[in-house]
Amino acid sequence: MENQSLRLKLRVWRQASSQAKGAFEMYELAAVPVHASFLEMMDLLNEQLIREGKEPVAFDHDCREGICGMCSLYINGRAHGPQRGTTTCQLHMRHFQDGETITVEPFRAAAFPVLKDLAVNRSAFDRIQQAGGYVTVNTGNAPDGNAVPIPKTDADEAFMSAACIGCGACVAACKNASAMLFVSAKVSQYALLPQGQPEHRERVLSMVEAMDMEGFGHCTNTGACEAECPKGISVENIARLNRSYLAAQLSGGGTSAVATSD
Amino acid sequence: MKLDSKIPSGPLAERWKHYRSTVPLVSPANKRKLEVIVVGTGLAGASAAASLAELGYKVKTFCFQDSPRRAHSIAAQGGINAAKNYQNDGDSVYRLFYDTIKGGDYRAREANVHRLAEVSASIIDQCVAQGVPFARDYGGMLDNRSFGGTQVSRTFYARGQTGQQLLLGAYSALNRQISKKQVQSFTRHEMVELVMVDGKARGIIAKNLVTGELERHSAHAVVLASGGYGNVFYLSTNAMGSNVTAAWKAHRLGALFGNPCFTQIHPTCLPQAGEYQSKLTLMSESLRNDGRVWVPSRVEDAQAIREGRLKASDLGEDRRDYFLERKYPAYGNLVPRDVASRAAKELCDAGHGVAPTGLAVFLDFEDAIRRLGRSTISARYGNLFEMYEKITGDNPYETPMKIYPAVHYTMGGLWVDYELMTTIPGLYAIGEANFSDHGANRLGASALMQGLADGYFVLPYTIGAYLSSEIRHAVPSVDHPSFVEAEQRALDFQNRLLAIQGKRSAESFHRALGKIMWEYCGMARSAEGLRHALGLLESLHQEFWSDVLVPGSLNSYNPELDKAHRVADFIELGRLMVWDALTREESCGGHFRVEHQTPEGEALRDDEEFAFVSAWEYHGPDKDPVMHREALNFEEVHLTQRSYK
Repeated sequence: MENQSLRLKLRVWRQASSQAKGAFEMYELAAVPVHASFLEMMDLLNEQLIREGKEPVAFDHDCREGICGMCSLYINGRAHGPQRGTTTCQLHMRHFQDGETITVEPFRAAAFPVLKDLAVNRSAFDRIQQAGGYVTVNTGNAPDGNAVPIPKTDADEAFMSAACIGCGACVAACKNASAMLFVSAKVSQYALLPQGQPEHRERVLSMVEAMDMEGFGHCTNTGACEAECPKGISVENIARLNRSYLAAQLSGGGTSAVATSD
Repeated sequence: MKLDSKIPSGPLAERWKHYRSTVPLVSPANKRKLEVIVVGTGLAGASAAASLAELGYKVKTFCFQDSPRRAHSIAAQGGINAAKNYQNDGDSVYRLFYDTIKGGDYRAREANVHRLAEVSASIIDQCVAQGVPFARDYGGMLDNRSFGGTQVSRTFYARGQTGQQLLLGAYSALNRQISKKQVQSFTRHEMVELVMVDGKARGIIAKNLVTGELERHSAHAVVLASGGYGNVFYLSTNAMGSNVTAAWKAHRLGALFGNPCFTQIHPTCLPQAGEYQSKLTLMSESLRNDGRVWVPSRVEDAQAIREGRLKASDLGEDRRDYFLERKYPAYGNLVPRDVASRAAKELCDAGHGVAPTGLAVFLDFEDAIRRLGRSTISARYGNLFEMYEKITGDNPYETPMKIYPAVHYTMGGLWVDYELMTTIPGLYAIGEANFSDHGANRLGASALMQGLADGYFVLPYTIGAYLSSEIRHAVPSVDHPSFVEAEQRALDFQNRLLAIQGKRSAESFHRALGKIMWEYCGMARSAEGLRHALGLLESLHQEFWSDVLVPGSLNSYNPELDKAHRVADFIELGRLMVWDALTREESCGGHFRVEHQTPEGEALRDDEEFAFVSAWEYHGPDKDPVMHREALNFEEVHLTQRSYK
């Protein structure tokens, strides 16, 4: 196994800037070790391009251990590639065949404009979180951590929702480019915990409003988001968000800005 | 230069309380007029920025990632320590203080470490209030696990993703302040110069990594929360973008660098598989709670395993050496990281290693699975086991993990006083970027504690001592000559890199640097090797500046240029680390000089000569750095040789 390597053809999206028109370019790599990660394969490609005096391919990456959510890439038509529950940085070349042609594109969504080549701007996610993805509590203001017991099942479920890494694969996988899985995961984390209750209604309304303003599409329950989520975030979160949103609207809660937009 | 650590007087346990009650305050009306720049948005940076903004200061944050949430704190796995004594197992502030001082091999300041232990409990409360989903037991109470170097259970955790959950908590607090316009967040921005006006830190030059433009930002104070410099070794558990550039620019302008050679090599990482490898992945230390570390007792068996003729399961108990349990019966598999790492290296060097490279030991869960059942082990470590399988293709429920030590954390960093201010007035360093609390070795689950302690509970008080005297000064104009000069320096640096047009990529120089550092300034260091390394680094420095090839242009999205910039700074830092390691003629914690060891091969400290912090002053890339000393005075703790037997 150790010395095995692959010969690969890569069809890679190149785009000089957000304004420029992009196109695919073909590259060949002669010897990619099977134990290399997908991003290490991209490193090899860039080394080769630099040696040939060409401009390397821009792509986002950082921790390379599946947790920072910085890496993206749409590989052979799938967000983060063919392996279930895996980020691009943890996808390894042993899952590809010798001689294979691999198509590599950026995450595509109107709300994620391309910056260059395969790197996209996902700051819309930050703005949604700023709209309400927090508990209002100043530093120094907290009671003892054990003052409010939280049933283990609730804590565990909240953790499962909080495990979202904000990579945007759910948006890239969705035919409507909806961000419902992302938003619902954050809303659910707080909805499941006592700390999240006082602001629950306002949070739901303002985060959904922010999501709509960023230009993400509607959810039509195809479930592609859950299937492609590298962290296995469940669509149950979306159901919870929908219930919460309806309840919040019916009870007339929320900020005045939302009330007028209704 | 006289180093003033500003440690308050009085009984150790009263110092922080007394300091907080007497430190000058800034009125709310004045806080509105004071601006603070925070570079880095990990646990330290995000918590500091949010807390300062809550107090009313105007804050700007900068991170090179595309979102503050992606700072590398996100990758911390195991947990966070706090002296809560929820387990009724005898824990206390004093014990956490003592364990941290001892774990750091008596090379940290008592007053800082005691303060850290004091605020530890408040961190847990704060995070719970933010909605951080810590692990709980069936009664709904917070759960704890054990970590290396302690005999109590004081580590709070959220599966193997504690850093992620704590960072998302701090990020949520930061987001709240961004939405209130108290914080302005700059993402995909890297600090490339510090700006000093009249001897004080007054701003930064930040590079917009998307457009390549240089921007000038002024403030009353600058806080560096830019993380550690483990990537000087190229292969480490750090993120690809983690770098020393912000701290190094400050160092070049006069901020002293403390204990640069104190590096933590983490014992439980995935071994390197090939030359193409870009990073090493950590397997949480929490695995040592239930996993047993072993190698084949006989070199012939180890060789057979390396060659694939034998499997781990073919070896019965009598042919296995559980070397940590054998050598350190009191702590067993939970000895501190430096001790566990060195023991693994020793056995691999002696021919007992188990991977094809010979550089790996087993971490075996067979006993734990038999004792507790597969489902319990899966609940505790499921995500780590999955990660291991994804990377290696092996299933750790069935076959033992193979692990090897890797660079993980840097205890050294910018020298700071008790108030976390560097030797440049108005410039602070917090979290891993400073040198302060871990001495020569950091205990597991203490990095998250320190980052959040600095950001939530220490800096918001101590920065007032400085800012209270700055209310008279308006923020300088960004047209001030100091800003123009600093921007020019940054521009010249990048233009020089682009102009070389040599033959080798920045990456290839980074790899070469890493090899030198790992070989001569890694787990075992000798005077001879270190002197040799100085020569190699000098040649590498020259080669880099004459042969690096940076494609692309200045005013564009150019990650290769940014990488080359970081590598240039890493090469200079590497040289300083070697100087420090050469000068410290003793072994302590993660710094192991082969000339200084006990007959059993343990680190041999020299408290008479080396109970000090080395704080280095920069004199230019080709001039020798100058060392200053801050003596460490131990009033509370009696210095002994660390023993985990």
